[in-house]
Amino acid sequence: MASVTLTDVRKVYHGGVEAVRGVSFEVADGSFCVLVGPSGCGKSTLLRMIAGLETISGGTVRIGERVVNAIEPADRDIAMVFQNYALYPHMSVYDNMAYGLRNRGTPKAEIDARVREAARILDVEPYLDRRPKALSGGQRQRVAMGRAIVRKPQVFLFDEPLSNLDAKLRVQMRVEIKRLQRSLGVTSIYVTHDQVEAMTLSDQLVVMNAGQVEQIGTPTELYRRPATRFVAGFLGSPAMNFIPAVLRDDGAVSVGERRVAVSAGAGGGRAGLPVELGIRPEDLRVAASAPGTLPLEIEFVEELGATQLIHGRIDGVAATVQVATGAAPTEGTLALAVEPAATHLFEPESGRRL
Amino acid sequence: MEKRAVFGNRALPYALLAPQIAITLIFFYWPAAQAVRQSFLVEDAFGLSTEFVWFENYIHLFTDPGYYRTLWTTVVFSTAVTVMSLSVALLLAVMADREIKGATGYRTLLIWPYAVAPAVAGVLWIFMLDPSLGIIAQGLRRLGIDWNPRLNGTHAMIQVVLASSWKQISYNFLFFLAGLQAIPKSVIEAAAIDGARPWRRFWTIILPLLSPTTFFLVVVNIVYAFFETFGTIDAMTGGGPAKATETLVYKVYADGRLGGDLGGSAAQSVILMAIVIGLTAIQFRFIERKVTY
Ligand SMILES: Nc1ncnc2c1ncn2[C@@H]1O[C@H](COP(=O)(O)OP(=O)(O)OP(=O)(O)O)[C@@H](O)[C@H]1O
Ligand SMILES: [Mg+2]
Repeated sequence: MASVTLTDVRKVYHGGVEAVRGVSFEVADGSFCVLVGPSGCGKSTLLRMIAGLETISGGTVRIGERVVNAIEPADRDIAMVFQNYALYPHMSVYDNMAYGLRNRGTPKAEIDARVREAARILDVEPYLDRRPKALSGGQRQRVAMGRAIVRKPQVFLFDEPLSNLDAKLRVQMRVEIKRLQRSLGVTSIYVTHDQVEAMTLSDQLVVMNAGQVEQIGTPTELYRRPATRFVAGFLGSPAMNFIPAVLRDDGAVSVGERRVAVSAGAGGGRAGLPVELGIRPEDLRVAASAPGTLPLEIEFVEELGATQLIHGRIDGVAATVQVATGAAPTEGTLALAVEPAATHLFEPESGRRL
Repeated sequence: MEKRAVFGNRALPYALLAPQIAITLIFFYWPAAQAVRQSFLVEDAFGLSTEFVWFENYIHLFTDPGYYRTLWTTVVFSTAVTVMSLSVALLLAVMADREIKGATGYRTLLIWPYAVAPAVAGVLWIFMLDPSLGIIAQGLRRLGIDWNPRLNGTHAMIQVVLASSWKQISYNFLFFLAGLQAIPKSVIEAAAIDGARPWRRFWTIILPLLSPTTFFLVVVNIVYAFFETFGTIDAMTGGGPAKATETLVYKVYADGRLGGDLGGSAAQSVILMAIVIGLTAIQFRFIERKVTY
């Protein structure tokens, strides 16, 4: 196994598109790193540079101790699972999995043992003689995983491997990938734009935006203390509410005429500064109308079963609150209270956390 | 879903089909029937009398060592043309596929030879390969090869193979390029990560995935080499020297038109027809099964 280290990695495509602009992070040996970000932010490009499928315009990529910038994909000792599976259509499932081992001159008996072992783990034993086109999407996905694990590589790379599956299968495969990665202990880098996948799979979460890293940390850290407004808005579903406010000098902000207490120490000594007050829908509580509460004019309600999302406006700004079903009226105006510790303040221009 | 046009007037569909049917009948079935009839007849040298001889023309043909020699020449020629035009086209297509950005201009250039008439292609190559004038011949002479297709049968064969293949390369190229572009890029990338070097990728991934295209082109090229190279051969060598470049189709012309043996020539035509029908049948069978994986 090996760690993966990126140092100031850049990618400029022909025609001058700067897809990746100076990304640095380290994935510890055996850990599961998820790259997440909106479409076009450069996740795939970064992953493909690690795989060796795309040249590196600047910076270095290390796998273990070795700088791999100039090393062929075949010699990087990695395996990759593609979004469209990229199975070899003219080969049986068995041959698909055996291909990489045969290319490396592995003895026949060992190939057979490893392929059968992988097929057993992934539950594709009955299909070993079939061609990929005779498999369902989920089975193809498993074969693609099998092709990656038989090689026992140093690093697994995944590029949105679940996005072609239906919602139920996606959840199921997500759990399996996690379990497999845990049991094999192979360093993994996983690209997705799905923040639920990102949160659930990762040991280390890297949020990217416009070719740069916004924040790196454990999913909990990023969820609890997003470093930028972008990360705050990107992680969590339903998304965080952002309400314009003004800093005061008494550990609180003003939302309109109302004083709302915020987490201690935020933006001390800069009274009068306009800020954005971020509050997650589940951190808002329905309370009796009081001076420190925020009034939500209800527009409509979404039912989620155990909980409901109440959508409305606070001082004309769209906001959402998540409550247990039946715990709040669904019409009129709600008074909402928030724990100071559950508030986040961001500078409107830079988007940085205060 | 069934798609059918409904005509109010029952005669109209027949009227619309009539021209096509008439053309097929007049220009294909009628001559074909004529050829079959002719192949059972023997005509004297002056065309004054004809005699019905059953299969005598065929027996004559199959007992003639010259016919087998021509058959062998045709096999050698067709194989050489098919292999040469397919492999060069594939090589060019692989190169174009890699650098697809510049390929529009490249593609246009490569398709040009296809628009050149066979006889013109022959003349073009005659100029280049002419023993006294041609630049290629001069180059060969400098290398110590006494290039003389007018006297040397092998040289003549090489000459017609070159000219005939050259014409077909552009056609094959387009099909190969389309085939290559249809292979998902990620499959090639997966193979690269799986440790296959470019050469191995070509043999184990690209070529197998191209096999439907290749099969189609093999049949097309054999048919081409058999039947459509007449103009090239006629312009370059006239079947010579000493019949070294005489293919089956050329022999039909040489025996019938030049030799005046209409019956024997017709019998040869009928055999060629059978070959075409056979090749077409093979092709349809495989297209139906799609030669897929
Ligand atoms: N081959 C290429 N040539 C030029 N620009 C490219 C190329 N590939 C990607 N790009 C550009 O680089 C940027 C990043 O692309 P990338 O595929 O890495 O995005 P992504 O984060 O994976 O998005 P998605 O979630 O949609 O897959 C995009 O602006 C894209 O248009
Ligand atoms: Mg992508």
